[in-house]
Amino acid sequence: MSPLATSLLTICGMALVTYLTRAAGLAVMSRLSVTGRLERFMKAIPAAILASIIAPTALAAGPAEAAATLATAAVAWKTGNLPLAMGAGVAVVLALRLALG
Amino acid sequence: MNAPDPAQADGLRFSFPGLVAGFRACLPVALGVAVYGVLFGLLARQKGLSLAEAQAMSLLVFAGASQLIALDLWGPNLAVASLILTTFIVNLRHVLMGAALSPWLTRLAPGQAFGSLFFMTDESWALTLGRMAEDTRQRREPDGAFLLGAGLAVYVFWNLSTALGHTLVRGLDDPARYGLDFAFTAVFTALLVGLRPRRGDILPLLAATATALLCARLLPGKWYILAGAAAGGLAAAFGPTPVAGPAGKRP
Repeated sequence: MSPLATSLLTICGMALVTYLTRAAGLAVMSRLSVTGRLERFMKAIPAAILASIIAPTALAAGPAEAAATLATAAVAWKTGNLPLAMGAGVAVVLALRLALG
Repeated sequence: MNAPDPAQADGLRFSFPGLVAGFRACLPVALGVAVYGVLFGLLARQKGLSLAEAQAMSLLVFAGASQLIALDLWGPNLAVASLILTTFIVNLRHVLMGAALSPWLTRLAPGQAFGSLFFMTDESWALTLGRMAEDTRQRREPDGAFLLGAGLAVYVFWNLSTALGHTLVRGLDDPARYGLDFAFTAVFTALLVGLRPRRGDILPLLAATATALLCARLLPGKWYILAGAAAGGLAAAFGPTPVAGPAGKRP
């Protein structure tokens, strides 16, 4: 196979498995009745995913990131304004990184 | 786009205004994504991918983390199977994300739901989730096209920035120099706050956080997200049941 064909085959394979992961959740859930433990499991998933994405940066990357996460959360709590909270977080992390070297 | 058409009794609206609302809400985040799209385009050229190859990947795969990881493994002799397998594993978290949106997506026509899911990213998923939680609080009927609109915003910017990075940009500063690497953590933090976790959510959140911290240290790639999410879900399923009355529809 030519290199281009191989590379396009790879890209198409990557695209296929990625779409499978995107579609699988709905495909499975639409065939299940969600009650009891499964319901409690599924209800906890969104916040758990967000907490998991945040955790390594917020708690294990350094004081600048930890403080910026707190600042972001505070602005989001007070204003409910996403762009504003995002800007506050970026500004705090930038300032503290410069200040702390 | 379909006009508002709740044909079935419990069908969900899927309207053009809903799509626009999603697109607009996601614009600030999409701009942040574009920084990484430029980075991807630039690195792809350095790795020897043609513009067509890099663009095809952004158009068809459309998953930032796995595309950047794929570049790491890219070389003259492509390990096709291991590239595809790695992509699959990096993106497994989408399964839980799609499942979390299923209470709304099952109320759309299958074409609308499975079409929208092609464009689902971490960012557009989280925004949609926040929007749906807000709709529920305000007793407002959600619009199923929000997910597609938010996803399209990311899609447009990801693809334009891929092309830009591949063709025009010759050098790029580390996004961290401008604090832009933190933009994503900030978005997800704000969205978590927007979910208004309650007392009963504390244990699952702690389980998720601790597990994610541990797994980020021990495991490669994005496994920590999947592991943390599963730990949070299990803590909720098998931990003490919340005493407060009917939990309501707070997905």
